[in-house]
Amino acid sequence: METIRSREQKTALILLIPAMLLLLLVFGYPIARAFWLSLFTENLGTQLQPVFSGLDNYGRMMGDGRFWQSFLVTTIFTSASVILELLFGLVIALVLNQQFFGRGLIRTTAILPWALPTALIGLAWAWIFNDQYGVANDILLRLGLIQTGINWLGEPTLAMIAVIVADVWKTTPFISILLLAGLQSISADLYEAHSIDGATPWQSFRQITLPLLIPQILIAVLFRFAQAFGIFDLISVMTGGGPGGATEVVSLYIYSTIMRYLDFGYGAALVVVTFMLLILAVVVANLLLRVSRMSTN
Amino acid sequence: MKKNLLKTILLWLAIIFVVVFSLAPALWQLLTSFKLNEDISKLPTIYFPTRITLSHYTELFTRRPFWRYILNSAFVSILSTAFSLGIGAPAAYALARLRPKGQNIILAGILVVTLFPGILLFLGLLEIVQFLRLGNNYLALIIPYTAINLPLTILVLRSFFEQLPKDLEDSARVDGYNTWQTLTQIILPMTLPALVTTGILTFIFAWNEFIFALTFITREDMKTIPVAAAQLSGASTFEIPYGPIAAATVLGTLPLVLLVLFFQRKIVQGLTAGAVKG
Repeated sequence: METIRSREQKTALILLIPAMLLLLLVFGYPIARAFWLSLFTENLGTQLQPVFSGLDNYGRMMGDGRFWQSFLVTTIFTSASVILELLFGLVIALVLNQQFFGRGLIRTTAILPWALPTALIGLAWAWIFNDQYGVANDILLRLGLIQTGINWLGEPTLAMIAVIVADVWKTTPFISILLLAGLQSISADLYEAHSIDGATPWQSFRQITLPLLIPQILIAVLFRFAQAFGIFDLISVMTGGGPGGATEVVSLYIYSTIMRYLDFGYGAALVVVTFMLLILAVVVANLLLRVSRMSTN
Repeated sequence: MKKNLLKTILLWLAIIFVVVFSLAPALWQLLTSFKLNEDISKLPTIYFPTRITLSHYTELFTRRPFWRYILNSAFVSILSTAFSLGIGAPAAYALARLRPKGQNIILAGILVVTLFPGILLFLGLLEIVQFLRLGNNYLALIIPYTAINLPLTILVLRSFFEQLPKDLEDSARVDGYNTWQTLTQIILPMTLPALVTTGILTFIFAWNEFIFALTFITREDMKTIPVAAAQLSGASTFEIPYGPIAAATVLGTLPLVLLVLFFQRKIVQGLTAGAVKG
């Protein structure tokens, strides 16, 4: 028996090694490297040679207004889009969970935005929010809600609204898919028993659906939080971080620190901080998930 | 009876909302791509153009190497999909069946890694690309895309392998198959549907990737569609070519629209297996 088990272990190792090596190369190395590089100053000032500077990069970050601004922008973008996506996603999942004619086709339609390339979707939304010929302005004008065209992508608050709208459109389907799967796993008997007890649909929703859906909601929110927190392509294509940094999220700032200003050491420090924040979010979500699983059992 | 009618009306209003919400922005881009330039910039906006044109599409193919962009995207996406299935499937099997040491740590690592956005990786990868002189080489995209798709591949396939009846492998072992033979001759053929599911998802991710494609490939004829399309507007200084941009988005999204139309069920299965069960 012992030999079978140890042979199994050997086979498992062989099967796992290629995947593990590749993951270490593409995920492990860059993160470890960022930690190391963040202790050095490596920029045009040092002629791109790494010079050890301890925690200087982190100290610089404390006083870097552009970093804090991008951090604030990221937080606003992430929380607004995740909350809206959760609301829309839940509504759409509830609709798609009903019985009706042509449900398969409607479900296909509803997941379409998720599959489309974000950069291209950014182009489509930039065109919709175009200041001169954009259809968003045209509709608002026709409805009489505005008198003249709005420069959507040229005004700080409006640009933020525009990128949030585009992101909500693009990723709501992801949440509705996950929540729909959760809804389908709730037994119909529960609702029947509940309505015999005289509960209204709203009460059933509050007392059965929502509590049983909490694990799926937490997982969906965690995934979306991480993706929104690292958003790059959509904003890069729609506004490039403008106007005046109003939509410059952390990842855009990291990208230009490294690619435009060639400030590798400081860029690495920014990567480290973003990484730590993500890990923190994972830990918190994991805790919440455990608590919610314990309370439903 | 009245309450039921109201419920049906509300339901269909909600369905119409879902359809309009999901399709309108994409359809608007489709419509723009067929409009004449003068109709595109006409105010008030024209919703039902009386004339249509294919000139924006022909411009993409005559004035730009658009075939190359499509081929580049297809090549990179297909190869990285094949690699992540080829490398991920054995790993998933090992995790599902062979109870390797440190299994929980490996799984936790894989789960956490799915949450890393590309921006955290591109600095380190940029250094590797420069060190190995892989700039403007398809491998600079294929290798990271393969790796980025590995966690999802492993999670989805692992949950599939766990559902396969264990008797199959036991009887194979009685017949004298070793683990490798069991895997290639018995398990893999049965796994084909799950491989298709996973492959569709990895293809979509690879086709859509932006930040690495933007950074590691600068040669015009090697660019992928998302990057090439995003750079269309910067190409002319006089006016933004709205028509060609719209046509490029339509062409770049078309393969994925087709995938969703044919494989909606599989995409949903794969996503939920990857996210929820992991």
